[in-house]
Amino acid sequence: MLAHSIFFYFFSVIAIFSSLMVITSRNTVNSVFFLILDFISVGCLFIMVGAEFLGMIILIVYVGAVAVLFLFVVMMLNVAEQKQSWFIGKKATHIPIGLIVSILILLELLVVVGGWKYKDDLMSSSTLNLSNISNTHQLGLVMYTDYILYFQLAGVILLLSMIGAILLTFRQRKGVKKQSYFNQISRNPSSSIELIEVENNKGVKIDD
Amino acid sequence: MFEYVIILGQEIYKILFLLIPILVSVAMIVWLDRRVWGLVQKRKGPNVVGPFGLLQTLADALKYIFKEIIIPSSANKAVFILAPIVTMTLALVAWAVIPMSEDFVLSDINVGVLYLFAVSSLGVYGIIMGGWASNSKYPFLGAIRSAAQMVSYEVSIGIIIINVLLCVGSLNLKDIVLAQSELWYVIPLFPMFVIFFISALAETNRPPFDLPEAEAELVAGYQTEYSGMMYAMFWLGEYANILLMCAIGSILFLGGWLPIIDIYPVNLIPAPIWMTFKILFLFFLFALIKAIVPRYRYDQLMRLGWKIFLPFSLIYLVLTASFLFYFDKLPKGNF
Repeated sequence: MLAHSIFFYFFSVIAIFSSLMVITSRNTVNSVFFLILDFISVGCLFIMVGAEFLGMIILIVYVGAVAVLFLFVVMMLNVAEQKQSWFIGKKATHIPIGLIVSILILLELLVVVGGWKYKDDLMSSSTLNLSNISNTHQLGLVMYTDYILYFQLAGVILLLSMIGAILLTFRQRKGVKKQSYFNQISRNPSSSIELIEVENNKGVKIDD
Repeated sequence: MFEYVIILGQEIYKILFLLIPILVSVAMIVWLDRRVWGLVQKRKGPNVVGPFGLLQTLADALKYIFKEIIIPSSANKAVFILAPIVTMTLALVAWAVIPMSEDFVLSDINVGVLYLFAVSSLGVYGIIMGGWASNSKYPFLGAIRSAAQMVSYEVSIGIIIINVLLCVGSLNLKDIVLAQSELWYVIPLFPMFVIFFISALAETNRPPFDLPEAEAELVAGYQTEYSGMMYAMFWLGEYANILLMCAIGSILFLGGWLPIIDIYPVNLIPAPIWMTFKILFLFFLFALIKAIVPRYRYDQLMRLGWKIFLPFSLIYLVLTASFLFYFDKLPKGNF
């Protein structure tokens, strides 16, 4: 158990430290790097409690895809150095909004944890024998049978948000030249090269 | 307390026993790569240092070690130094789950495929960190290109892995190999093997998809500002990643350590040698492709990933699932 607790404290300290650094570091890109470190240590904590599938999915989805896009946007926006302090000065207007959001999140967490506390039969209600099959099998058995509706709904919501994002950023511009890959690939010398004997002092007319 | 120290010592011994052969084989593989490249172009390739030029990579490594490490004055120093370390660590860490034979594996975990996928998707950070921290145009452009490219091709690799998992019914790499004892998946899933191979080329920034370091446009891409040992670490990490992709390909499609046919004289050859042979075969294809295929244009690369590979592998996934369901061949699992 000793090694287990050492690793637990190791990962938790890193997770808490890096989440603090996310909101305090001056350099926005460094913030994203600390966010990635935070995701990784949370994933490791998941693996330590035996939720190996969840831990790996956190690594793949959040670290491997979402955080890359974060990093992308932050690097492209050119806001690397945060000159203005968050708390002092004229631009401190986002403090109230931030407070409201964080209080709401805290309330929601309380509701969730409280609900868990008062519903003891949540774990025992499942008809599955949870002990002798692997984590991934358990998730698959529950997700595609009892919770198939929620699973599909989540997929539809994601699809809708994707279509929405594409629709918001898509605009048809006029006068843009497009390349036809089919035409580019199917060209051959006889249709694109022409040999012309040029007479002396006479020039050639091309492109007619 | 004392037993922990002993366990720690044993683990470190095992890890070194895995890492040192990998580093040596990376050095050899660079030689093989240059040699194949040379032979395709009717040159000799490196043939001076040592027998057949085998020690060429060691000589190169020695040169890099003694070169000065230059850090640009406007670079973000911490991230700049961290980037090659991240690349190399991630490339080596993934080898922990690669089984060389039925019991010759460092850690036999339940979610082996997911682990490999996660580690290979983390690989983009080394490049993007190096490109951004250099604080210069070409590295930054190279890093952005490579991030977009790797994220795009990961999607189709993920779906290809799902194809294989549907046939196996387990995420464990050992189970995946043992499920192929009758028929290697390269036969029923041949189109997926081809797409996996091409996506692996894109994922490891190999030609024809080496746009992040396209020397005609971007000098050397994200490695432009790196020198000495730090450049060598990027380089080692890159080749370790290529070997890793070959290993994943041989586990998913070519039956891992299984012999070609399970009859008397062939199955006397030990399993790790079969595995090595398959990895080398895939790497030989990698090297050949580097020599014979010209570089893609960036928009062609993106189009290939999103508009051709992704829909095609999705359709093949549906086909595989319906075939398995219709003929009642879906793996039932042990519960």
